[in-house]
Amino acid sequence: MTTSAVSLPAALRPRQILNWFGVAPFFIFATLFLILPTLNIVVGAFRNAQGEATLENLGKLLSPSIRSAFWISIELSLMTAVLGCLFGFLIAAAITLGGLPRPLRNAILTFSGVASNFAGVPLAFAFIATLGRLGFVTMLLRHWFGINLYGSGFNIVSFLGLALTYLYFQIPLMVLIITPALEGLRREWREAAESLGASGFQYWRMVALPVLWPSLLGTLALLFANAFGAVATAIALTGSSLSIAPIVLFAQIRGDVLNDPHLGYAIAFAMIVLTAVANGIYILLRMRAERWVK
Amino acid sequence: MAFLDIHQLQKSFGALRVVKDFTLGIDKGEFVSFLGPSGCGKTTVLRMVAGFETPTSGAIRIDGRDVTGLPANRRKIGMVFQAYALFPNLTVEENIGFGLKVAGEDKAAIRKRVGEMLELIGLSQLGGRYPFQLSGGQQQRVALARALAPRPQVLLLDEPLSALDAKIRVSLREEIRRIQRDLGITTIFVTHDQEEALSMSDRVVVMHQGVADQVGTPFEIYNRPATRFVAQFVGTLNLIDADLVDAAAGRIRLGGVPVALNRSLPGQTGKRISLALRPETVALGRKDEGNAVVLAGTITEVHFLGAVIRIRVAVEGGLVSLDTFNQPDRPPPSIGTPVEISVSHRDLLVLAA
Amino acid sequence: MTGKRLWSWLAVVLGGLYFLLPLAGMVDFSMRMKRGEYSFEAYRLVLADPQFQQTFGYSVGLALLTIVLGILIVVPTAYFVRLRFPGLRPIVEFITLLPLVIPPIVIVFGYIRIYNTSSILPLTGSWLGTNILLLFGYATLSLPYMYRSVDTGLRTIDIASLTEAAQSLGAGWARILTVVILPNVFVSVLSGAFLTFAIVIGEYVFAALLNVNSFGPYMVWMGGNRAYEPSALAVVAFAITWACMGLIQLFTRFSKFSTARR
Ligand SMILES: Nc1ncnc2c1ncn2[C@@H]1O[C@H](COP(=O)(O)OP(=O)(O)OP(=O)(O)O)[C@@H](O)[C@H]1O
Ligand SMILES: [Mg+2]
Repeated sequence: MTTSAVSLPAALRPRQILNWFGVAPFFIFATLFLILPTLNIVVGAFRNAQGEATLENLGKLLSPSIRSAFWISIELSLMTAVLGCLFGFLIAAAITLGGLPRPLRNAILTFSGVASNFAGVPLAFAFIATLGRLGFVTMLLRHWFGINLYGSGFNIVSFLGLALTYLYFQIPLMVLIITPALEGLRREWREAAESLGASGFQYWRMVALPVLWPSLLGTLALLFANAFGAVATAIALTGSSLSIAPIVLFAQIRGDVLNDPHLGYAIAFAMIVLTAVANGIYILLRMRAERWVK
Repeated sequence: MAFLDIHQLQKSFGALRVVKDFTLGIDKGEFVSFLGPSGCGKTTVLRMVAGFETPTSGAIRIDGRDVTGLPANRRKIGMVFQAYALFPNLTVEENIGFGLKVAGEDKAAIRKRVGEMLELIGLSQLGGRYPFQLSGGQQQRVALARALAPRPQVLLLDEPLSALDAKIRVSLREEIRRIQRDLGITTIFVTHDQEEALSMSDRVVVMHQGVADQVGTPFEIYNRPATRFVAQFVGTLNLIDADLVDAAAGRIRLGGVPVALNRSLPGQTGKRISLALRPETVALGRKDEGNAVVLAGTITEVHFLGAVIRIRVAVEGGLVSLDTFNQPDRPPPSIGTPVEISVSHRDLLVLAA
Repeated sequence: MTGKRLWSWLAVVLGGLYFLLPLAGMVDFSMRMKRGEYSFEAYRLVLADPQFQQTFGYSVGLALLTIVLGILIVVPTAYFVRLRFPGLRPIVEFITLLPLVIPPIVIVFGYIRIYNTSSILPLTGSWLGTNILLLFGYATLSLPYMYRSVDTGLRTIDIASLTEAAQSLGAGWARILTVVILPNVFVSVLSGAFLTFAIVIGEYVFAALLNVNSFGPYMVWMGGNRAYEPSALAVVAFAITWACMGLIQLFTRFSKFSTARR
């Protein structure tokens, strides 16, 4: 006790300096491969080819084609995030509160772990094999039920097809995150509410949903970012026929289409801003929603 | 008819019969405790009264109305849980006002009632806090206020004090009893702490394996236990062997000494029986009243507990614990000392098996 | 009660349909290469393709290296932050969550800009440099999973006492980390490792934009040029993902067992 009272401030002692070597690699790594590249994009978005400060690049984002690409991306991400939350919530509720056999719950959780990581190229292939022109379900519907899916205007290479595919990893992610939260709802809360005269609906509106709200919001933001950054699935599914923001950026980097590196900066910057805003909104709402836990 | 009438209630979970033929009438304003060991079905009975569990058979009536099939949210019953179960997302005031809000009362009425309740539990300053900002004792008081705010017909408390530490437990149980008296609300209090049950209740129900072994005032339960289980579960008990010489005439033989109790006893003439003695009814040395049995024995253990000294004496037929008061000028007897102990005839409890 | 259960079953059955049909479709399609009969022809072709062998082998190797790199970076960091720098915790956690928020394509775009041939560190200019860049990129992608797994593992053991005990026996930092800490968080590290493997093995965007011919770009190329083989590849990829998750479960269960016995 007494020795530490007269010794140097903690950070300056030789031992502590040694400890810094333990964390230094992490910070060097994060700076080089995460922070600097991101900063480079942010700065680049505000510079022109001569290195002067400008807002010109961002102005180019307003061109109709890019604006619509972003718009489709936002719609797609928002829609699959919301639907993913909704369906994921229903499934999680069914396996936690629905009185289903316990092994089924465990099987679904394991499967969710797999499906939430089964994204990218193979997932796109699976959906083409299922809902493509010659896909399993397409054929099934035609031969067994006489329904001509493609005749009715459906196409897997479309907004709807992409949304259907994204949900395949969005829903399980929601299930994985919300199941523990649902299990955290105490039985006594429901019973206390009931004995005080509340209906099931009132219990959900006044207690359960507010308690779950932070987790729901967090998952929504995560799912949004998840869908927004998903490039591989989209490329493997649609080639580049559907113009969404990450595909435009991909083409931009490849130099296939427009040949303006600074437009690339601007698109990338806008993508960061959007996911950051989604997460910012989440953090803000979460702080408000969580007044009651410190 | 009793205000709360529980009639031949049974409950099975699958093949497990948890509550078997439970019948009990509770008068308006009465405070009744369910006392029993873990797993005996106390909570299950309470939950059936509350409407969280459907009885396998039997009926529950409140104020003459059959509520057996009524859902929990229409029974007008207040419930307090062991682990508080306050809604974490609502402030103290909102928690207390929950039942009133759900019932659609107007804001002013809710505010007035919440104020009253806060005053009743002595937490008027803390209305704006969230549950996590309260101590366990405060949370449980809020839970009580929340249950009482909508003016329920019956109040149910399931081991409300067992999560709290000893000091608070005592002060809170006095407070609960005071509030219950003030409001005159019919109350069932579940506990496995006999001191709680005995000190708080108008009547105690001792439960054992799904049935009510005995129902009576704390005084009756303690002094006239109806079964061996009740005698053993409530308070400390000495059991010693004796021979039943004549059941009808009430004569037994205890440690070679014939004793005439002059009351008819349960059991069969000629069998060995168990006699139960409360430690505080056994005296060291000879009692100076005529109607006492005197037994000779040896001290085997001495426990100095402060105000009380608990001594164990080996007599023929078993070990007897007895309590004497500490006397500063007299040190406790030492182990191995031969002594005599005495018990009044009326304190010898002969238990049905 | 029964109404609730009915709805739950309905939700699970509909969900099951949505999740199982694509798997069925993928398997069905992958076996329809020969007209009129089910066969493993597509698998045979894929597995015999030297391109497949080369890209797949490359990706497996890269995934393993990523895991090693991830462990080297994450374990000491998580350990020292827990033990010596609790104040750094929020910063480190924030950084490790960034890769979930910043789209991967943006990160790799940054790489291309910073490490191009005309920069001070021209990694993209050489074969080795590009591979190193890809390796570090994948380590970045796996950071959230690695860090969380390891940190959870560290939380369950008393690292302060373990460290003091090891120090009192004269062990230095490197020894403490490798001999004392790592074995104790081994299961958590493995969870992170398998997740990393599942993510890296079929990754497309980083590889494609850095012009590396790994398994991801190979799959996309197949998708554009063949009909049945892509489904076979998808089945293989799904099996790998499933195996990784299954192994995580297995090890976690095993560790619960072993800690319970202790
Ligand atoms: N939902 C249930 N399903 C199956 N068995 C149950 C259920 N609820 C209670 N039981 C069983 O019923 C018996 C009585 O339980 P109960 O909770 O009523 O006991 P208790 O007297 O309240 O005990 P404690 O003092 O421990 O709270 C126990 O053996 C318990 O395992
Ligand atoms: Mg109980």
